Amino acid sequence: MWEAIRANKRKSFILISLMGTFMILAGMLLVEAIAPGAYMTGGVIALILWAVLSLTSFYSGDSIFLASAGAQQIHKEDHPTLFNIVEEMCIASGLSTIPKVYIIDDPSPNAFAVGRDPEHASVAVTAGLLNRLNRDEVQGVIAHELAHVQNRDTLYVMLAAMMVGVVALLSHFFLRYMWYSGGRHRSRRESKGGGQAQAVILVIAVLFAILGPIAVQLLYFALSRRREYLSDACGALYTRYPEGLASALEKISANPGLKEKKNKVMAPMYIVNPLQASGAAGLGSTHPATEERVRILRSMAGASLADYEAAAAKTARRSVVPKSAVAASRPVGVRPPWREEEPRPAEPGVREKTRQTGDLLRRLSNYAFINCPCGVIVKVPPSFKSSKVRCPRCGRMHDVPHGVKAR
Amino acid sequence: MGAGTIILIVVGSFIVLLILWLVAKYNVLVRLRNQVRNAWAQIDVQLKRRWDLIPNLVETVKGYTKHEAETLQKVTEARNLAQRAAGQGIAKQAEAESLLSGALGRLLAVVEAYPDLKANQNYLALQEELTSTENKIGFSRQFYNDTVMRFNTTIQMFPTTIVAGMFHFSTAELFELKDQAAREAPKVQF
Repeated sequence: MWEAIRANKRKSFILISLMGTFMILAGMLLVEAIAPGAYMTGGVIALILWAVLSLTSFYSGDSIFLASAGAQQIHKEDHPTLFNIVEEMCIASGLSTIPKVYIIDDPSPNAFAVGRDPEHASVAVTAGLLNRLNRDEVQGVIAHELAHVQNRDTLYVMLAAMMVGVVALLSHFFLRYMWYSGGRHRSRRESKGGGQAQAVILVIAVLFAILGPIAVQLLYFALSRRREYLSDACGALYTRYPEGLASALEKISANPGLKEKKNKVMAPMYIVNPLQASGAAGLGSTHPATEERVRILRSMAGASLADYEAAAAKTARRSVVPKSAVAASRPVGVRPPWREEEPRPAEPGVREKTRQTGDLLRRLSNYAFINCPCGVIVKVPPSFKSSKVRCPRCGRMHDVPHGVKAR
Repeated sequence: MGAGTIILIVVGSFIVLLILWLVAKYNVLVRLRNQVRNAWAQIDVQLKRRWDLIPNLVETVKGYTKHEAETLQKVTEARNLAQRAAGQGIAKQAEAESLLSGALGRLLAVVEAYPDLKANQNYLALQEELTSTENKIGFSRQFYNDTVMRFNTTIQMFPTTIVAGMFHFSTAELFELKDQAAREAPKVQF
């Protein structure tokens, strides 16, 4: 996949440079329209803004995104199975550093990965994902996310997401400004003479402000759609089990909609777009239609990249895997499902898993766990004021550990 | 400038280019060989992890079962055999490890009949570790074999094969388990 990574890096570098050029041009035009003659200032401001943003997103974009998604870091003892799956997929993909693992308190299943390079990567999954998906499906999702990390998608999607946000913000401010004070400026310019050139610039600037965000967003979306296919292909290759990822995608798109609905910039990062309920893919969608992704995965003859490419050509008439990667891929077979391979332990049911992740989230938010002799585990939230709590089954009174330590 | 000088320049630059090409190819081969070694180290880590987990598992199971002494004995024997086979060549080690996998599989199947044991938290944690270690062995073997294939293809291809011959790079051996080999898709033979 070296060739694919290099191609990805180059394309993304071009995108970032284009974004920079666009921002500088837009800055110059917008400032020129507001204050004639000061276009250089606008350019310099835009350049500085672009540099600051690129650096911020490069070095702390991951923590910004994780925080805005409400993700909390967990450790191996919190969820051994999830960590084992992440470790397994690191080995399969050849990642040398195990990424940090985060959990999001949300009942609908979804996942994303961030990080500027494979050494500084993080994967985040929702509680709903852990509850509803079986081991093979979680493995498929993690493999897909680690493929994003391995192919350096995470950095560029992160950088690009920042840029989209900024362009949208700038044009929003400019249009607001024009709306409230445009008329005043025009009259002053006309009295100075030579207003025709200014008027043309003004029209271009307005067009820029309106069309810019749309154009940038389309570019960003097209880029992230292709990456999803490639990550699916790698996910199938790493797990040697396309069906795991396919049924995971089905389960995820059957339960769409995150609580954090407002965050449009974050949407392309998730394995299935959380804002898209139907699973259909238009021009402005960040992810290919989920049905199509599932169809491609299910019609794979083997688990290699060449098999994915063949399946994509057959079922969706598209080419997603770089030619060199197809040429370098060797035939690999599909493994049987996890449960059938060896006598494996039965997995806990959805209820049991929901209880486990619920307890994990409660521990993360500092709940107190009190074991009552009657067998009930009383879970007390940190906001509980009293220092005593009654067991709901047997009526025994218990001391609340955190109720005692007054804050 | 005489004809001699021109010939000298042409020959000289040709030699410089040749040396640069040699260095580049040599570096590629070294990088690939290191990747093969790293991939092997990863398998090694997981195999050792499995050896370490087995005595624990045997002890835990022993406490709950009365009639499985033979199965337990076989697992312990297979483990010790696998440990001895380490360092005796990849083929031998692969054989011993697949024996161990089989013995472990039988033990885990037998244990399904003991509900008390399956409710034991300690056993559940061990089982998760063990099954995941099995997976990790599988995935590290998969990654190792991919890396070896890439390395072997590179050193067998012309003209890189000349550089490989000059610096004594030899093909690496695949790590293949018996039952696993049957499952793999048929390979193209030349």
